[in-house]
Amino acid sequence: MTADVEFMVAGEVLTAALSGEIDHHTAATLREKVDEQIDRRMPKRLILDFSGVGFMDSSGVGLILGRSKRMQATGGEVSVRGVSEQVGKMLRLANIKG
Amino acid sequence: MNTNKVKITFFSRSANEAFARGAVAAFVAPLDPTVAELSDIKTAVSEAVTNCIVHAYPDTVGQIELTAEVQENQKLILTISDKGVGIENIERAMQPMFTTGSPEERAGLGFAVMKSFMDEVKVRSKPQKGTKVTMVKYIRSR
Repeated sequence: MTADVEFMVAGEVLTAALSGEIDHHTAATLREKVDEQIDRRMPKRLILDFSGVGFMDSSGVGLILGRSKRMQATGGEVSVRGVSEQVGKMLRLANIKG
Repeated sequence: MNTNKVKITFFSRSANEAFARGAVAAFVAPLDPTVAELSDIKTAVSEAVTNCIVHAYPDTVGQIELTAEVQENQKLILTISDKGVGIENIERAMQPMFTTGSPEERAGLGFAVMKSFMDEVKVRSKPQKGTKVTMVKYIRSR
């Protein structure tokens, strides 16, 4: 199984549309791709869109928390969108508001 | 449904996380689980296998053994075992947000997810001998 991410930029908002299955294996590549875009575009806001995600374990929580720390370091913020019931259950366990 | 059991052994490579949860999903399919039940099971397997890869065999590739058994009353029993470094303090390892991995990228939620998504979780471990996680889920009849 694979995962992928596509990016959209609108002003200072960077949206990362995630898709596929997010686990420890696929999260590493997703993390690299998102971080590369953050470094290049320096957005004020990063939206992680989970609409296309069919499966996510706690590696996805690590992905969100890691990006959140990076964005906070430059005064930015992260929000989460397109959360399915399964992803939402994981986020509630981690006290992340979807 | 009749009782049934499978045993799979595979290398602790991260590409096998998807294989392991896919194999268990296929084994469970005849029990006709709901989408939520199947998702819970796949997630718990993914967490347990990831623990083996990240923590049990941090600097090497080892063997992971997975068994899936269905008993009477739609009782699913999963075991995930390794012969890795073991866990010194199981109670501490099972605390939510505790991780010995990179705190930037590991949420430390593995055991919390297993406990929350499955009906029973037991962990046995001996340092330098390995760890065995046993998880039970009752598939509700529809």
